[in-house]
Amino acid sequence: MATKVSHGDDAATGSRRTPFLVELYRSALGKKYLMAITGVIFLGYVLAHMVGNLKLYQGPEAFNTYAAYLREMLYPIAPESTILNLMRTVLVIALIVHVVAAVQLTTMNRRARPESYRSKRDYIAADFAARTMRWTGVIVFLFVAYHLADLTWGWVNPAEAGASVYDKVVASFSVPAVAAFYLVANVALGFHLYHGVWSLFQSLGLNNRRFNHWRRILAVAFTVVVVGGNLSFPIAVQVGLIS
Amino acid sequence: MNLTLRVWRQAGPDAPGRFETYEATDISADSSFLEMLDLVNERLIEQGEEPIEFMHDCREGICGTCGIMINGQAHGPQSSTATCQLHMRSFQDGDELVLEPWRTSGFPIIKDLVVDRSAFDRIIEAGGYISVDTGSAPDANLIPVPKDDADLAMDAAACIGCGACVAACPNGAAQLFTAAKVSHLGLLPQGQPERYERVVDMVEVMEEHFGSCTNMGECEAACPKGISIDFIAMMNRDYLKAKFRNRRTA
Ligand code: SF4
Ligand code: FES
Repeated sequence: MATKVSHGDDAATGSRRTPFLVELYRSALGKKYLMAITGVIFLGYVLAHMVGNLKLYQGPEAFNTYAAYLREMLYPIAPESTILNLMRTVLVIALIVHVVAAVQLTTMNRRARPESYRSKRDYIAADFAARTMRWTGVIVFLFVAYHLADLTWGWVNPAEAGASVYDKVVASFSVPAVAAFYLVANVALGFHLYHGVWSLFQSLGLNNRRFNHWRRILAVAFTVVVVGGNLSFPIAVQVGLIS
Repeated sequence: MNLTLRVWRQAGPDAPGRFETYEATDISADSSFLEMLDLVNERLIEQGEEPIEFMHDCREGICGTCGIMINGQAHGPQSSTATCQLHMRSFQDGDELVLEPWRTSGFPIIKDLVVDRSAFDRIIEAGGYISVDTGSAPDANLIPVPKDDADLAMDAAACIGCGACVAACPNGAAQLFTAAKVSHLGLLPQGQPERYERVVDMVEVMEEHFGSCTNMGECEAACPKGISIDFIAMMNRDYLKAKFRNRRTA
């Protein structure tokens, strides 16, 4: 019993100073909670991003209006770009938490198995998506960096300066190598989502035998919708559907 | 039947290990896997060689002492079966079997196929118990337990602590074992008083020794008792609740 009393004291003095999320982050299990929560933020984002971009199919005017709207959201109540920058801030913080936690947990897992099995492992349940989360994560991360440099900051965009957002997208996707990179990155995103969407229910402790089979269905449906939509854009440009 | 064994031999905890090849000839398909190893060992002893050290005790699938990585699968190819319950009829004549010990920093190798699983004892010590007053024994069945809870608690209590979940986990995580122990007590009325301390304390010790779960489900597939990863989600939920409660009572 003595150890328990001291544990209670630790928690008492510790929690008065540290915010809850920071305290949660200290344990690996807590890190998984935060990875799941930040994951949910990204899910909302990738879905909205894909749906918004469907406006590409409605032509330049609709798409450019949509792009402008993103900056003018809630204007004039809020100054221009406020909402957009707010969302960006949330996403950047979520990204930092998600990536740093992943790196720290990976280090922990490497330490837990310093010597790998000499014989070939015969996996039964761990599927390709689950085992490659770290790699698909890195690919998506690099892609996002390029994507921002291309279309948000315009550093590497092939269109001439002053081109509309629509023209920039089309110019970018017209380059076969760029289109190929988009396809590869989105397939990687698909694998990441396929495991991530299912996995986050476990990490968040959301488990009920009556609904458990829906977790996989949801993961597949979400992945197909988001990745299917995303893949269609560069393909549409390449085949001339959008120009 | 005749088989070729490639067995991990390691003289001691810090000695370098390597695979040795042995021929297991004239093995009955009805013998158990461990009986097959016994036979191989007898022949090794006759030849004046060191027998292969492996873990075993009850040989009836209830103590959790046995455990070998057989051809890259913890406890071998048959699902929901501990190594001692595996029979040679699960293999084909002429098969080559690769035998390795559990590999994780939480279970250091002692010799050959024998590992030190006392890290599991540390996790149990941290909270895998209930405190009861001494004195005269209470009446049996005094505390009613809902049937569903009792069933679920029994499912979790089936864990024999063999460590196959850690061995099979690509991350070397001990989530399934810990979750089984946390849930089996946490589901029953007798486990309530210490429920939230228990989960926090056991998880803390677990994380000192083992890796972190990425929900691959490989543990569940390897577990000889078919412990479900649903218990891992239950543990995660209790852990969050416990963290909230700690703050409120602080
Ligand atoms: S959960 Fe299953 S595999 Fe893990 S220690 Fe218990 S019985 Fe063994
Ligand atoms: S020897 Fe007891 S469970 Fe296998």
